[in-house]
Formats: sequence, structure tokens, C-alpha cells
Amino acid sequence: MSSRKQSSQEDNIMSTAVAEKILLGKTLAIDADGNLVNISDWNEEIAAELAKEEGIEILTEKHWQVINYMRKVYSETGDSPSIRKLTKESGVDTKELYALFPKGPAKKAARIAGLPKPKGCI
Amino acid sequence: MQNKTENILTEEIEYEPIKKVSIIVSKGSLEGVYPGLIMANGARMEGIEANLFFTFFGMEAIISKKMDHLKVATVGNPAMHMPTLIGSLPGMSAFATHMMEKEMEKLDIPPVREFIEMIHDAGCNIYACKASVDMFHLKKENFCSQVDDIITVGEFYEKSAGASIIFT
Repeated sequence: MSSRKQSSQEDNIMSTAVAEKILLGKTLAIDADGNLVNISDWNEEIAAELAKEEGIEILTEKHWQVINYMRKVYSETGDSPSIRKLTKESGVDTKELYALFPKGPAKKAARIAGLPKPKGCI
Repeated sequence: MQNKTENILTEEIEYEPIKKVSIIVSKGSLEGVYPGLIMANGARMEGIEANLFFTFFGMEAIISKKMDHLKVATVGNPAMHMPTLIGSLPGMSAFATHMMEKEMEKLDIPPVREFIEMIHDAGCNIYACKASVDMFHLKKENFCSQVDDIITVGEFYEKSAGASIIFT
């Protein structure tokens, strides 16, 4: 377990809040990329709302497979997974990832999963 | 339901975001090929339309028999900080390549063939340059299956309408 993960869990803050938004009557802190700041703010209903903001009206089982995989990797490593890791390990291939989350699967799926934007270049 | 975002960031000048890129890969060394591939993949990850155009020795990255064997140049590269005589020793390039590949794997950068597949699956078009193909006496079947077409420079410019062109 990395020390980074521990510290992010202790204070439950993943990145710096620059703004707030109201979703489903809840006031949520968001970072400069528009992603949630507090992991505890996230739930499946919030995910559905975030998906709508990204133009995804309904989250299918496949969407959830990607979202749950991302959250699993984040809880283990403290980082959102790269597109390559998603392609290799989530059980959803590159073509399908782009079909599920058009215009930027890693970035969009991370946002819907309530995680910060992936840091890697790949 | 009410979705409201209050942005407290100070206002900055808004530039038009990049919507499309055409990336030319002209070099056949490992370090010559990767920047173009990373930029093409990165473009697609950001929702930017992308074309990859391979010319001259850059085609090594899409020739089926060669793409798994690209090497880092250890001679003629001052940034390697390796004297030419040492860089030219047998196995030196293979060793440097092995080291670099190991480092890249740590960063989740895939080998060339897997990367080309990933980029193509991500919706980036991949082209080989007609002049280079003719010069090296190559045929479509010499290339990996991800190569969409062999095109002329004129066709490249047509396909690049509205794009930023990046030469690597």
C-alpha cells in the first residue's frame, strides 16, 4: 500500500477544490477539471447525473464494468488507470471504450466514477 | 433537477481548442517513432480527431516484419552521452533498446505493434506515404492490417483539412 493512498484516504481529499456544484440537491466540491474532489460524495445516482453531463443518457452494464474497474484501480493505486490499462484489464476493448465514452474514454469514465483525471500520457 | 456550476477561477483568454491533428512520422528509430504515436493516442484520448502518416524510414513502425524490432540509435545521438566508438559496439543498440522498453512498460507505454492497434481502434486513421512505398518497392500486404491506405502527399493534405500538422 502506497503512502499516497493512505494520505488520500485519511483526509478523503483527492485534489484541490476550485468550485462547487449542486447535483441532486447536494453541494459538491469540484476540481479544476470539473471532477469530484471528495470520494465520499460519489454514489451511483451522482454517477448517472455526471454521465448525463457527458452526454451519456443511460449507464449500461458495460459502462458500469469500466466505472467499477476504475474505482477498484484507484482504491488500490491512488491513480486513475490509463487507457492502456483499461484496454488490457477492464474486459472492455479500445473500440468499445470509445463507443461507450465518446471523445475520451479514460477522462470521461474517471469523471463519472468520481475520480480525478488520469495523470499518465497514455 | 438543477445543475449549477460556479466557477471561481479568474477569467482567462479563451483560445479555440484543437479539433484535429495530422501527425507525420518520418524516422525509423524507436525514439523517432514513439513521440508521434504518443501524440496520436493522446489526441484521441482528448477527443481530438487524428491522422497518422508514415513516410520514409518512419514506415518501419507499420511494416509487419519490422515493427517489432525497432531500435534506439546509440550512434549519432549526442543526448545519449555515449562516445561514438562505444555506441557502435555490437549489441549496444539492442541493450539501450531493451533498457528503454523496460522503462516504457513501467509507464504503461505499449510496444509498437500493440500501440498501433490501440491507436487505430481509438479511431485514428493510419496511412503510408506513396512516394516512400514506391521507393522501397513495398506493397499494401507488407504493412500491418491497421494501415488504412497508401496515399499521396496531395491526399494527405486533403485529409488534413482543418488539422494542425505535426512533423516528427
